[in-house]
Amino acid sequence: MSVAETKTEKLDGWNRPPTIEPGGEGELLEIAMGPHHPSTHGVFRMDVALDGERVMRLKPVFGYLHRNHEKIAEGAAYLASMPYTDRLDYFCSLSNNWAYALAVEKLVAQAVPERAQYIRVILAELTRIQNHASSIGFLIQEMGASGTPLMYAFREREKILDLFESLTGSRMMCNYMRFGGCRVDVSAAWLDAARKEVAGLPPFVDEFEALLTSNEILMARCQGVGVLKPDLAVNASVTGPLLRASGVNYDIRKVDHYGIYDRFKFRVPLGDHGDVYDRYMVRVLEMRESIRILEQALKDIPAGPIMDPKAKIRGFRPKPGEAYGRVEAPKGELGFYLISDGSPNPYRYRVRPPSLINLTILEDMCLGHNVADVVLIFGSVDIVLGEVDR
Amino acid sequence: MLGEGILKGMAETAKNFAGSFVSADRLTTVQYPEQRIPTFENARVFPFLVYDGPDWAAGMRCVACQICEKECPPKCIYIEKSRDKKPDFVGKPQFYPARFDIDISVCMSCQICVEVCPFEAIKMDTEFELATDDRFRGLLLDRQQLAKSNEYYHQIHPTEAGEVDARLDAEKAAAAAKAKVAAQAAAKAAETAKTAPAKPAPPAGGED
Repeated sequence: MSVAETKTEKLDGWNRPPTIEPGGEGELLEIAMGPHHPSTHGVFRMDVALDGERVMRLKPVFGYLHRNHEKIAEGAAYLASMPYTDRLDYFCSLSNNWAYALAVEKLVAQAVPERAQYIRVILAELTRIQNHASSIGFLIQEMGASGTPLMYAFREREKILDLFESLTGSRMMCNYMRFGGCRVDVSAAWLDAARKEVAGLPPFVDEFEALLTSNEILMARCQGVGVLKPDLAVNASVTGPLLRASGVNYDIRKVDHYGIYDRFKFRVPLGDHGDVYDRYMVRVLEMRESIRILEQALKDIPAGPIMDPKAKIRGFRPKPGEAYGRVEAPKGELGFYLISDGSPNPYRYRVRPPSLINLTILEDMCLGHNVADVVLIFGSVDIVLGEVDR
Repeated sequence: MLGEGILKGMAETAKNFAGSFVSADRLTTVQYPEQRIPTFENARVFPFLVYDGPDWAAGMRCVACQICEKECPPKCIYIEKSRDKKPDFVGKPQFYPARFDIDISVCMSCQICVEVCPFEAIKMDTEFELATDDRFRGLLLDRQQLAKSNEYYHQIHPTEAGEVDARLDAEKAAAAAKAKVAAQAAAKAAETAKTAPAKPAPPAGGED
């Protein structure tokens, strides 16, 4: 079978015209990359068809980590789903908590006190910094730099996780936010520790940039690789740093003004080319903007209650209705859609996971590149399989 | 110059390497079984049942209301209510759990049982070295294994335990005051009952 024949034959199922002309001879080699491939986190597979080293087709296969999250949530009380949201994107449990709390608060029109709003912003931005730092570390590790940037990122992440643990009781499974506020109050000592940590972050980002940004190997491997055109990104409803690296100005914090983000001064970094290098750069710049937000929030945090007195913990039954709450999670737009029928558990519970939707565009970014670049492009999407499969 | 960025990165790595020899806080590795990082006060691992006084069975705060069993997201708690009653910390007769099992192989340490408990009976432990070679019985803890004294609770979460004790003391004082008022009223009633026969019979509906 010739290459051209294979391509037309596959077009029916793939519904997308080929972007490159095959130059090689003979048959395509089909390879299952993963689930044991080191870059695929152990629970993800890419079915690639290769012409020599070039990728002709790529099909992401997921579902290895499916845990029935949405159906479990439909059988459980509203509060009982909160600890499960930690386990979606286990790198950023506090962003997930916030998105779910936001959806339920919209459903029952629940107000949130000032101090709780500030605490939420502080925790969400700390989450963003540690997620971006470690996702860059993983990206560089997948490029072959075995460990150094990742260990630097993890050293910083460790300090942030210590802050999370001293406040919420757990490093990753925080289960911290409640409908109408937060679970425990932050102490003055915790705020001082957070201020100290935030003061230490700009030197860390500088160090990270000195290590990586002008590194010739990184530039050679990343620039012009995995280009995602803005129109395709918008059509595929890609969000987060992946979309902004393609030059589309869309940040839910600016668009939706959820919480109190309209009070803070920060800029949205945008990429120009939409390649892997731009995604790296957008993440670095977003860390810097997050540090700015953190400085403002830690300066302005007011005293007061952390829980709305009207909020209910037990016997929580929202009136029939529906709500969609979304936040700018580190990986993109994370949304929770809830329908209530007046019973203690939601009638429908749906998660809009940024990781899954950003992953659907993987083939278009990989076509025509080498296998080694597939690993890199996959790393630059920044996914967590807990959220892809749910 | 080609390679300048690489050299810059190398310099950064060298700085970090040398830095770990001069500054102690750059040494982030802890030799675990010999050295330990102290746990945070808010840290939580698995739940335990608090009891007051020396005897775990008599001082158990749990009244087997089964709210935690109902609210537990992964349903890892199993409670059987007793048939008889025992006095609780204020002396009021209450049910107690004839059986209280937590399967810690299912528990996900979410703390929701602690939040919903109205009797301050279940709290989070900080003990994490729970490895066992029995996958089933070894991880299914019964009420005796779960029972920990209030002193232990004070040891692991001092601030939180102090607040809980203050709340319980207030409740106890309120109960005592109420009991006192009730006792006084009873005494008064008894006195009136004692003195009543001496008095001439009051007209019906006269005295209150």
